Amino acid sequence: MPEAFESVYRVLGKDLSNAGKVSTSIKDTLKRLGVHPAVVRRVAIVSYEAEMNLVMYAVRGKMSLSVSRDAVTLHIDDEGPGIPDISLAMQEGYSTATAEMREMGFGAGMGLPNIRKNADEFDISSEVGRGTRLFIRVIQAA
Amino acid sequence: MATTKRKSITLADVRDLLGAEVLNEGDLSIKVERVGAADLLSDVLATSKTGTLLLTGLISPQVIRTAVVADLCGVVFVRGKKPGEDILLLAKESKVPVLGTQLKMFEAAGRLYVAISESQ
Repeated sequence: MPEAFESVYRVLGKDLSNAGKVSTSIKDTLKRLGVHPAVVRRVAIVSYEAEMNLVMYAVRGKMSLSVSRDAVTLHIDDEGPGIPDISLAMQEGYSTATAEMREMGFGAGMGLPNIRKNADEFDISSEVGRGTRLFIRVIQAA
Repeated sequence: MATTKRKSITLADVRDLLGAEVLNEGDLSIKVERVGAADLLSDVLATSKTGTLLLTGLISPQVIRTAVVADLCGVVFVRGKKPGEDILLLAKESKVPVLGTQLKMFEAAGRLYVAISESQ
């Protein structure tokens, strides 16, 4: 049974060379805590997609990881342009990515749908000109 | 060419099948049971299974981080593309085996498809 754990990671926008570092670190932490490998993989995938979105679009943000006996929870909170139409952003293939983002292998409008697909609980809110918040929870089967 | 039934193929077999160069000190005894070919990392994250070998023409540190996050068994860079030292160092630190082949994506994927189909 994994032990309880909490940690906050700071992420800088536009820092492309380090993009994904926090998520690989979160993955290492979850493995070390003894979280089931299937849960580790799902959390790592949602975390990585969210981190890439943060780096590509926002100025800065934080990713808060919380591990309990029942679930792994991520809160992602960024300072950035926000999303004017969330239902549009949730559609597969809808993207506002630049050529540079696409050259990195992201920005094809798959990120948010991938996150929702891998999460057991998911919530997104955004304010244009302020930033975007994500809540993601992956349940650990008993 | 005579083919023989094999139990499974390894990264060492992949190296031979693709005439590939091993670009870091990865473990070549790792078994390869499935292969995915993609330049879009979100597709890899969305559709790959644990242990997939990734063929890609994309060169970026995010390829290696995707391999780590999605539990891929290794990465083959196609079309003679050479990752920089920073990417190779990240792969070494992350224990992700990295190979490079001159073959184009289609031919590399085709050769591995045949080899894996015959091994199963």
